[in-house]
Amino acid sequence: MASTAPTLSEQALIERVKAGESELFYQLIEAYQRAVFSAAYSVLANEADAEDVAQEAFLKAYSRLDQFRGECKFSTWLVQIAVNEARMRRRKDRKALYDSIDEGYQDESGDYFPCDYADWREIPSEALEQNELKTALSRAISSLKPMYREVFILRDVQGLNVRETAEALGLNEALVRTRLLRARLQMRDALAPGYDGSWVSGSASYKKVRPF
Amino acid sequence: MTVIEISCVHVWKEISNYIDGDLDPALRERMSAHFKSCAHCSAILDGTRNVVGLVADGKTFDLPRGFSERLKQRLAQNLPKH
Repeated sequence: MASTAPTLSEQALIERVKAGESELFYQLIEAYQRAVFSAAYSVLANEADAEDVAQEAFLKAYSRLDQFRGECKFSTWLVQIAVNEARMRRRKDRKALYDSIDEGYQDESGDYFPCDYADWREIPSEALEQNELKTALSRAISSLKPMYREVFILRDVQGLNVRETAEALGLNEALVRTRLLRARLQMRDALAPGYDGSWVSGSASYKKVRPF
Repeated sequence: MTVIEISCVHVWKEISNYIDGDLDPALRERMSAHFKSCAHCSAILDGTRNVVGLVADGKTFDLPRGFSERLKQRLAQNLPKH
């Protein structure tokens, strides 16, 4: 972490930016760059588009700062803007094949059956040091349908709670829980050694985890 | 106290809430008992927990290199100066 501990409280910064000190805006949003970027990424699954949308979202947040009334956390408000911007971008894209499924309230209560029962109790420690695991994680996240990916990234990657995730995405909490379940189980299916297995298949600890 | 048994399919539906500690105590207990005796579900539980633990460590989403600099530039170009 950079040692840029804000000397002003968030509320004080907000007031001063509203009053015209636009040069303080970066200080206000500095800590939320990752949150806003990953929110945009959760919708778009593309780094370049997500970065562009994140920038747009910050500009929009600046121009709408008057409308922030503190009903939710400032970070949640920023994430909401990023999600909305990203959804608009996706709608503009011709490849927005998922929109009809994605925007509707669907009941996803169909039973889940795991792809396999691969045992995955230990995370091989050398895999954590390697890019392999990171690559496997992003690949698995990209493979989720957008409606699952959005919930998964906000809740599990960013660590928002269920209520905040629901607020940011404009969903009810029950739907967030259902989608989260699906997302987590699909991530497990994609990552458990032995199913895909690519990220540790050559290593010694893979054999320890899957000794056959 | 007897714990009412619970099916694997039912366990899979609640596994995410179980991980989040977001269940009523009776159901939680039934699931815990199930995990002790069912190796399959217990493997799924551990794997799913691994997923949640891995992505939560903050390293999954590094900002692209130069992100902050480009953002500052964009803000400098677009925000009013006074």
